[in-house]
Amino acid sequence: MLTEDARAIDTRHLGFTMSPHEECGVEEAVRLIEANKGDSVVITLGPTEAVEQLRDAMALGIDRAIHLQTDGQEWDGEATASALLDAIRSDEAANGPFDIIFFGNESADSGGFQVGIRVAQALGRPCVTGLKKVTLDGSSVRCEQEVEGGRDVYVVPTPAVLTVKEGLNLPRYPSVPGKMRARNKPVAVSTPPRPAPHLELVSLAVPAGQGRRAESLGSGAAAAPAVVEMLRKAGVL
Amino acid sequence: MSVLVLMEPGDASRQMLTLARKFGEPLHAVHMNAVEPFAPDAVAAILQRAADELQASAVLAAGTERGNEVMARLAARSGLPFAANCVAVTPVQPVTVTRLRWGGSLLEDAILHTRRSLITVAPHTVPVEAGPEPTDVDVKRFTSGLDERDLLVRVSGHVAPSNGGVSLTTAKVIVSGGRGVGSKEGFAIIEELAGLLGAAVGCSRAVTSAGWRPHSDQVGQTGTKVAPEVYIACGISGATQHMAGLKGAKRILAINSDPQAPLMLNADYTVSGDLKEIVPAISAEIRKQR
Repeated sequence: MLTEDARAIDTRHLGFTMSPHEECGVEEAVRLIEANKGDSVVITLGPTEAVEQLRDAMALGIDRAIHLQTDGQEWDGEATASALLDAIRSDEAANGPFDIIFFGNESADSGGFQVGIRVAQALGRPCVTGLKKVTLDGSSVRCEQEVEGGRDVYVVPTPAVLTVKEGLNLPRYPSVPGKMRARNKPVAVSTPPRPAPHLELVSLAVPAGQGRRAESLGSGAAAAPAVVEMLRKAGVL
Repeated sequence: MSVLVLMEPGDASRQMLTLARKFGEPLHAVHMNAVEPFAPDAVAAILQRAADELQASAVLAAGTERGNEVMARLAARSGLPFAANCVAVTPVQPVTVTRLRWGGSLLEDAILHTRRSLITVAPHTVPVEAGPEPTDVDVKRFTSGLDERDLLVRVSGHVAPSNGGVSLTTAKVIVSGGRGVGSKEGFAIIEELAGLLGAAVGCSRAVTSAGWRPHSDQVGQTGTKVAPEVYIACGISGATQHMAGLKGAKRILAINSDPQAPLMLNADYTVSGDLKEIVPAISAEIRKQR
């Protein structure tokens, strides 16, 4: 369901969850810190409710959070990257540089394929995308990117920006003590101004259906001959 | 005034040319393999220099993984907006695009405020049309002057695919299981039917999250997008995230105990009932008819 002005999904009756790619990024960060010590930060740009996903990330083991709060309006990829960049720079000025910054390869909703790459470019750090495996080896990181016919390998020095995909790992479920601890972990909130978008959303629409009309082949085991007949007609048997 | 395109082998780039021609002529091409082994920042640097020299009003690529990656790098280094996975464009200023969101479950109309439109075209959404072909840009003078920093991210090795089975992306038939399969062991009947059909085994996100199957088997927005002749969905409800991976399937057969499951309503064929009885019965019927 879209809102009346067709510029957003009507979320009044929906819950929010972290997107699959980002969830794997959080899990990978927690594993790296468990193995190598140090601390981890989760950052997001989103409405007030997005603090729930930051708490979820901290329940998995992230140490603290930065919430760039919006009023729910759409931010394009450039504006999102620029706000994240400012926040990362000021955090690094206070607490030292991040060895690795993980991003989801593309956002589940707007699918822009660009925020992590823009942040990396501005920071002057190498960026490897679409990763299914990440191995830290001293001051370099070995990355596996899924491609047709296997995986390409990249090795880059840290600090680096890595964009990851679901399948990188199997994220853990948050434990009850983890959730309790997350309640007391710090969330730094700020409200960056929203610049005028250069990719400006005008409206959203639900695409016309593919016109599939289900034909029943029966029910239960008795439907097997009709299924085999269909497979034969389709030329796959 | 001219238009620059980033070409890769395959249909996706041919489809992209259909939208690129709307921006006018002449068309100039840089190829993805301009730098080998692949170095995405280097390809973006070449595109940037070629676009500046040609005063290109638009740069387009196919919305493949590499197409989106290189165009995002070009956008980042040029300080320009980038519209990924477009399905339509209106090339008069201000340029408007229609693009895919939510893995194709929603369409967005947007204005691109820019002097140079950077666009990728979503694969399999635009037909291939005959028209003027692009002329290759002579990239030698750009490749020789590449900055070392643009070669830092570069492919240095390759890992062969781990499973020896039928690949989801090229399979003619996929037998896929969802939460309804019940357990890791429950996939034995799915594998048996897949074996008889020479099919790939797929699954939904619920299954990989439960650890029953590896993520490489997952079909959907964050898994593999598939285009088989027949997709057999066993015990899969059909969440939006799963359906986003099925748009290319020619025929969908849904097997589910819930006749109101979204996949049962969006399939071509349905069988209602317990998949634990139905799937072995189909395998038995295939054996019987051989």
